[in-house]
Amino acid sequence: MNSVEYKKKKIVCTNCPLGCKINVVYADADEIEIVEVKGNRCKRGLEFVKQEITDPLRVVVTSVKVEDGEISMASVRSDKPVPLRLMQDIMKILKETKVKAPVKRGDVVIQNILDTGSDIIATRSVNRKK
Amino acid sequence: MKYETDVVVLGGGGGGMAAAKAADKNGANVILIEREEENGGVLNQCIHNGFGIHYYRKDLTGPEFKETLQEELANTNIKILNSAFVLNVNKDKQLTFVNHKGIHEIKTKALVMATGARERHFNSLAVPGDRVAGIFTAGVAQKYINLQNLKPANSALIVGSGDIGLIMARRLHLEGIEVKGVVEILPYPGGLERNVQQCLRDYNIPLYLSHTVTRVEGNKRLSKVYVSQVDENRQVIPNTEKVFNVDALITSVGLIPLTDPVKFVETGPGFITSNTNQTSEDWIFAAGNCTVVFDLVDYVSREGEKAGKYAALYSQNQYFPEQKVKVKKGKNINILHPMYIDPNERTKLYLRVSKTFKRAEVTVEPLGIKMIEEEARPSEMIEISIKPFKDKNLKEIEVSARELG
Ligand SMILES: Cc1cc2nc3c(=O)[nH]c(=O)nc-3n(C[C@H](O)[C@H](O)[C@H](O)COP(=O)(O)OP(=O)(O)OC[C@H]3O[C@@H](n4cnc5c(N)ncnc54)[C@H](O)[C@@H]3O)c2cc1C
Ligand code: SF4
Repeated sequence: MNSVEYKKKKIVCTNCPLGCKINVVYADADEIEIVEVKGNRCKRGLEFVKQEITDPLRVVVTSVKVEDGEISMASVRSDKPVPLRLMQDIMKILKETKVKAPVKRGDVVIQNILDTGSDIIATRSVNRKK
Repeated sequence: MKYETDVVVLGGGGGGMAAAKAADKNGANVILIEREEENGGVLNQCIHNGFGIHYYRKDLTGPEFKETLQEELANTNIKILNSAFVLNVNKDKQLTFVNHKGIHEIKTKALVMATGARERHFNSLAVPGDRVAGIFTAGVAQKYINLQNLKPANSALIVGSGDIGLIMARRLHLEGIEVKGVVEILPYPGGLERNVQQCLRDYNIPLYLSHTVTRVEGNKRLSKVYVSQVDENRQVIPNTEKVFNVDALITSVGLIPLTDPVKFVETGPGFITSNTNQTSEDWIFAAGNCTVVFDLVDYVSREGEKAGKYAALYSQNQYFPEQKVKVKKGKNINILHPMYIDPNERTKLYLRVSKTFKRAEVTVEPLGIKMIEEEARPSEMIEISIKPFKDKNLKEIEVSARELG
């Protein structure tokens, strides 16, 4: 018979600033099965825990260079969280990225970055240099 | 030039913009003055998300929060003066400001102070060693990286584990700067638990709790930082010294409310206000980090709205508080805001406890309010709502915290 390993973990939910400390017990087999969850103040915490023990996701935030802009950088973010394991690769791409002014908040800077299904969008507007 | 208006809002950060919006909504003529070329204050450089969850019910970045507020202001009659620095506010309700066209005066009926806070500097820590290049406050490092595309270091140590320090640790790390650790003198992290997770643990950046910087060294540019462990009394424990070879030390050791240029109101250290954000001078209201340092811009903007609303009412002779009840810090309370209550109006009380509690009971007496807080820490602000209470004889209420066994 296959033995199943039970694991205990303390996970901090980063969904909102309350940052609940969630204690989770789960069976780490091919298919992860959650046995017990304690400490989340809302349902979103449960989803978060599931994701966190399989493949943690985080929002990317950084700035990219702007050509001909009033200021030289425009801040950007991913419109959905991306796998944490891809963070360094995504940062590398964004370091090389240049956009042309004008930039409007919400503009897509890179579509579907590294096939994550997430777009990189501008979080501020930058006018053209006068 | 001479201007005349009902309400002047001084400072165009999250607090000031919200104040201007609310004053306009309450029928006042409003002038908003900001020394920078654009509004937003610290929101401009805080490009991470985590803003607006309460105020807009959306998880926004700093610049998105700012632009959303700006768009709301664009639909109003508020006069916005940028690149304008206020030099002086006098008791006769006159303000003086300068811009590239010269010196100007404004006559007003009410004023909202929303000047924010400034960062405490490394020199205030009295650490021995050379005064070398490579020591920055977190805010300065943040501006270099996020707005100016400059790389301020190759390797860095951060002192202070508040949210600002934690967020900068992640930012520097992702920018390819080696972050050798975050040093914190207290036995617990200063920032939100979620930031410890997503800024340090996610990237294996060590956090040195109960540690402090004892010396810095370098020839023109910083090269070494000495760190030691401290005991419960914050005394350095001998033979615990570690040496970090870094070319930058980023300090994030607290914010100090900025109350300049108003000199004649009660402060301690920020503006002391009532629950309607009125200061000791009837016509001056204050909101945001120039009163106390808030955890979230959501609170700042909410307070800004309140200040704007009552300033507008005051300017139209519609707000005269008859009674002011003093709010007293009881046991285990470190920060309390506001310090006075107009009992006819609702109150949002913000407080920080003075030590860590597993389970704290916070009480407001004699109003009979009790609140249980799990894991109350000085770094996380606690909020209590108080309904209007009509008790003509009440002079003082007291807020305290105690450990529940
Ligand atoms: C690094 C960092 C991370 C943060 N992270 C978060 C977060 O994740 N979530 C969150 O909700 N909050 C966060 N905050 C907190 C939040 O950003 C602030 O509490 C809030 O934006 C402060 O707003 P304010 O209006 O009080 O002050 P400020 O934004 O400082 O605005 C004050 C304004 O007044 C102007 N001014 C001052 N004096 C004068 C004068 N004499 N004449 C003219 N203008 C003047 C200044 O130029 C400035 O624009 C963070 C803050 C920092 C620094
Ligand atoms: S569990 Fe819910 S309340 Fe707790 S941190 Fe996560 S999202 Fe916020």
